[in-house]
Amino acid sequence: MRHEIVEKNVGLLTVLILVVISFGGLAEVVPLFFQKQTTEPVEGLEPLTALELEGRDIYRREGCVGCHSQMVRPFRAETERYGPYTVAGETVYDHNFLWGSKRTGPDLARVGGRYSDDWHRAHLYNPRDVVPESVMPAYPWLFNNTLDGEATPKKMRALRALGVPYTDEQIESATAEVRGEQEITALIAFLQQLGTVLKDQ
Amino acid sequence: MNNLWGDSLSGFWSAWIIVITLGSIGIAFWLLYANRKTDKTPDAEGNVDTTGHAADGIEEYDNPLPRWWFQLYVGTVVFALGYLVLYPGLGNFAGLLGWSQESQWEQEVARAEERFTPIFAQYEEVPIPELAQDGEAMQVAERIFLNNCAVCHGSGAQGGYGFPNLTDDEWLYGGEPENILATLNNGRNGLMPSWQQLGQENIENVTQHVLSLSDQEHDAQRAESGAATFASVCAACHMPDGTGNQALGAPNLTNDSWLYQQPGQSVADAVRQTLRNGRNGHMPAQAAYIGEERVHLVAAYVYSLRDQD
Repeated sequence: MRHEIVEKNVGLLTVLILVVISFGGLAEVVPLFFQKQTTEPVEGLEPLTALELEGRDIYRREGCVGCHSQMVRPFRAETERYGPYTVAGETVYDHNFLWGSKRTGPDLARVGGRYSDDWHRAHLYNPRDVVPESVMPAYPWLFNNTLDGEATPKKMRALRALGVPYTDEQIESATAEVRGEQEITALIAFLQQLGTVLKDQ
Repeated sequence: MNNLWGDSLSGFWSAWIIVITLGSIGIAFWLLYANRKTDKTPDAEGNVDTTGHAADGIEEYDNPLPRWWFQLYVGTVVFALGYLVLYPGLGNFAGLLGWSQESQWEQEVARAEERFTPIFAQYEEVPIPELAQDGEAMQVAERIFLNNCAVCHGSGAQGGYGFPNLTDDEWLYGGEPENILATLNNGRNGLMPSWQQLGQENIENVTQHVLSLSDQEHDAQRAESGAATFASVCAACHMPDGTGNQALGAPNLTNDSWLYQQPGQSVADAVRQTLRNGRNGHMPAQAAYIGEERVHLVAAYVYSLRDQD
């Protein structure tokens, strides 16, 4: 009964379990770290501006990703509705990813430019004003809160450490760019750039 | 969509994946096979081996794996190997079926195009006023409208605050087929500048003048005083008589149709707000999203909604 050697040594059991469950990751994940298609940006991809970056953080804070994915899958039904399917190179500057996995609302990967800024303002203030059957919550406080931009340069530096090519000038001017802006403005700036790089593909 | 799915794997990573995948299948199978039988022959005293596990005096026999379970497991291994032969899974080996996510999508799109392109092409031949009479075409068009336009203009196309009503006879940019087509294909950007710099007094006077143009309740004296400012500032786009200019999307101010009147807001307040803050109406271009064939169909649908009120 050699089972017992493993069953009675928790340390050994732990190590062997780790070995077993790492096989999937080793075959499916590790090679992607060395692939151009997953590590290099698509042509024309720019890091988010200071205002868009703050918008992204509001998107994260309000939990938008809980109901909206940012990943158009390669099915005709999706490309008809949302536009070209998402490719890895579009999200190499995203830390963390906001791909999402739940669609209570529509996918937002290509929502940029689709609706006017005014529409987004009306919709975020109270979705039912423009889409009567909507179940999305209202976000009226985004119109009252303003940004001070104190943390923006720090966020950009952290992203730069992760490989997002922010320049020193961008980081220095970040606070001034953001200070005093309404949160709604930042969020809309973020939404309006989503997926616009591959728009004409 | 060229090459966005990217490069193939290098030989090393391809081999890495193949070795790990086949290796782990092999090891799992060996582990299972090695444990398929246990020794159940009694010893001299008639005792059979147990696993050594005992709880409350109950011992567990060292029985082999149930046969059905063992066979199911073998089945999963056979399935895995079959899958890896047919579909891409082993590094750069594309699989005998030649399947890929990208080609599947391309086939799906090609099938749909084969089916739908002739229909849309046929509709595109028909002039818009005539197409607007075609019930079947309008059913198709309504679906496209609901999916793409209703988000702003409403499912009944009646519009809303800041989003034009398409069912009345008022048109910012003109309601003829060519105007509707241009709006849909290229989008529109309506810009009313802020006139804050005119000062409180002037803004109030111009507001009263604007109200007088459509015979709303107004302060006649102020309207009189606002006339000069209107003539020098507003008339450039809205025309001296206030009837607007469809080439610029400057609305007609002589009727009782107010794009920027919030529910419950008086016309006077809406006009004041517009003068102070300006307005920026943006209709996104749709040709890039739905293609010109469908734009043609939607244009006919919008045309068919005219003068419903």
